[in-house]
Amino acid sequence: MKNNKLILGIAALALVGFFMISADHIDAPAVQGGSSDITDFYAFQGENTNNMVFVANVQGLLSPSATATATFDENVLIEFNIDTTGDNVEDFVIQAIPRDGKMYFFGPTVPTATGLNSAIETMATQSVVDITNYGSSANVATNAGMSFFAGPRDDPFFFDFAQYSAIIGGTATSFNNPGSDTFAGSNVMSVVVEVPKSMIGASGTINTWVESKRKQ
Amino acid sequence: MRILNRVHELNTVDMTKTIKLVLTTLLMTILIMSCSNDDDNNTNDDNNTQNQIDFSGTFAQQDQMGRPAVNTVFVSSSSKDMFNITIPSQQNAAFQTMFQTNLEALSPAFANPGDTNALGLDSATFTGLLATDVLNVSLDGTTTFFDGTNVLTGRALADDVITVELLLIFGGEDFSENPGLSNDNVDANDKPFLTSFPYLAAPW
Repeated sequence: MKNNKLILGIAALALVGFFMISADHIDAPAVQGGSSDITDFYAFQGENTNNMVFVANVQGLLSPSATATATFDENVLIEFNIDTTGDNVEDFVIQAIPRDGKMYFFGPTVPTATGLNSAIETMATQSVVDITNYGSSANVATNAGMSFFAGPRDDPFFFDFAQYSAIIGGTATSFNNPGSDTFAGSNVMSVVVEVPKSMIGASGTINTWVESKRKQ
Repeated sequence: MRILNRVHELNTVDMTKTIKLVLTTLLMTILIMSCSNDDDNNTNDDNNTQNQIDFSGTFAQQDQMGRPAVNTVFVSSSSKDMFNITIPSQQNAAFQTMFQTNLEALSPAFANPGDTNALGLDSATFTGLLATDVLNVSLDGTTTFFDGTNVLTGRALADDVITVELLLIFGGEDFSENPGLSNDNVDANDKPFLTSFPYLAAPW
């Protein structure tokens, strides 16, 4: 690549809204700042390498004081989708829904229906964990070889968004070294589930994504 | 609940009698139901409690995410909500062209024929990969967005995904181009992660 069109490229950054705020925080008008706004999604091998860990974070950019009063929305279903066949259609789901201070989990299970609308799969394996209160040590529940957590956590995302904004605004031409993490000191509401790989395809590559779905 | 059933049986027997009795029975039912939470000596209490939780209804999609920053980077402002409610298997057909246009606006070198990033992906193939917004995850070993060796085998908490994406957008064929734009020089989180579940650090 050559640099000859770089100035044009930088100008275009503002038009496209490049990295508007972060990983997925406040990504679209309909969800930004609301209880269904997904900020981040992670999937990685567990401490026990026979297990896979899924993390969904919602409600980003919470200050410590805002975190103390933050809650999960009982009308918002968080659904992990897992495609084991390579067609980008979910073959398994893991659902998380809060009720009265607890997070209920269903699955992994073959969903009754795929796509944009879901029912809670109440016939699937059901697990539950007490939602951890701000300032308390993490409540962890285990069931059927799986582990569960729900509650506030430090936002694991890091990015010098401020300097990026300066570049976009024309007051800087490059990132600083070292940079400054704009997300330092902010929290998210996290749902973490660890499941045996044998429950989600055992081997090979899966395609996975997370969805937030609101009760109609 | 057993008492409640007997009330219903009595109610059935007496149903042909007076409306007054029906109303009385309904009142009793309400009172009994309101007291049901005190029935703690029932060994099936947990099951009863969970059976009473309302998990009914249809839940309609509002947001979705596979790889980090895809919607924010590559989807035009007017289409961001639509991207969030397009199922992954239909995203490529609906959005790949938009992704390619926006990538070439961001990093004009991609518009040059044959120009690629360090993964050897040109504008069309790179956006063809990204337009289907799912995270590819290996069940067989290392899980990382990119660690210098493994590519798109998951996303670990410590992965510097923004720098990886900046490099793939601006860094050219060997990550050497546009160094001022290819790394934000924030390489790690503000708190150390845990080695054990739940892995994320405690909140601030």
